[in-house]
Amino acid sequence: MKAARALALVALASAAAIAHGAGRDPRRGEEIYSRCLACHALAYDRTGPRHCGLFGRRAGSVAGFAYSDAMKRSNIAWNAKTLDRFIADPLKTVPGTTMGYAGVKDARERGDLIAYLESAGKSEECRKAR
Amino acid sequence: MSSFLDFIDSPLALPARRRFIGHGLMLSGAAVALLVGNEALAATGGKATEDDVRILNTALGAELEAIAAYQVGAETGLLQKPVLDLAVTFQGHHKEHAATLSKTIATLGGKPVAAKAKYTFPTDKLKSQEDVLRFAASLEKGAVSAYLGAIPVFGNRDLAKAAASILGDEAMHWAILRNAVGEVPVPSAFVS
Repeated sequence: MKAARALALVALASAAAIAHGAGRDPRRGEEIYSRCLACHALAYDRTGPRHCGLFGRRAGSVAGFAYSDAMKRSNIAWNAKTLDRFIADPLKTVPGTTMGYAGVKDARERGDLIAYLESAGKSEECRKAR
Repeated sequence: MSSFLDFIDSPLALPARRRFIGHGLMLSGAAVALLVGNEALAATGGKATEDDVRILNTALGAELEAIAAYQVGAETGLLQKPVLDLAVTFQGHHKEHAATLSKTIATLGGKPVAAKAKYTFPTDKLKSQEDVLRFAASLEKGAVSAYLGAIPVFGNRDLAKAAASILGDEAMHWAILRNAVGEVPVPSAFVS
């Protein structure tokens, strides 16, 4: 009984750690980011806006990028939590977005992807892009 | 995919086309099934929505960029025959995708995006034929993922089917480009 309780506590602790970002792997996230490369790049705008400077940026605010009205009106500030929600289901989170994509449904993959985006934002490529 | 919208130029289809335009973006499944040239799917295709048009336009934007990317690749002087011919062939496929998407968007009552006057590409990192091919492969892989992510969210299943057809073509591009740089052409049983 004690063993079962201990296992349950470990499982709960693991779930909490994942929820708070521990165990997120930016290297796995970089591989997942390759799915985004039809439309996005880190340092420059493409069909989608650049990702350098993403954390802390308000949605729809990259100068010169033609956002949808929905994104401009979304009142989102990008952080790990808002990115997680958006990436899980872009069309449901911001109805009218031009990101016509079903989303990354696996929570761990989203965590890894967000860890990569955060890490890449501090990279030399992004420092140069400022 | 050229048959996708053949009905547009068909005198027999003109009355039907006028009906589509009159109904704006919310087309019946039957109407969109006619667009894709498959009336048998008319009962199951579902309605094309404003979201569908936005998805098609995003895809069109990416296709137009891919055309420009292959042009840049071809003009670097780094691609040698027969690789150059292959790149031009793939660019031609993207042109066909773009033309089909553009016509479909217009027929659905939307406004197709135009090619940008200028695209940004990482040309400073393209120093060899292999660099160009790896860059092209990364775009093709991204395109496969983008279509894979778009297919489930189309309101109209015939548009989803058309997108799947494009996905298949771009997956072949990706595999051949991987093979050209010495990588396993098909790295896994599934794409994501």
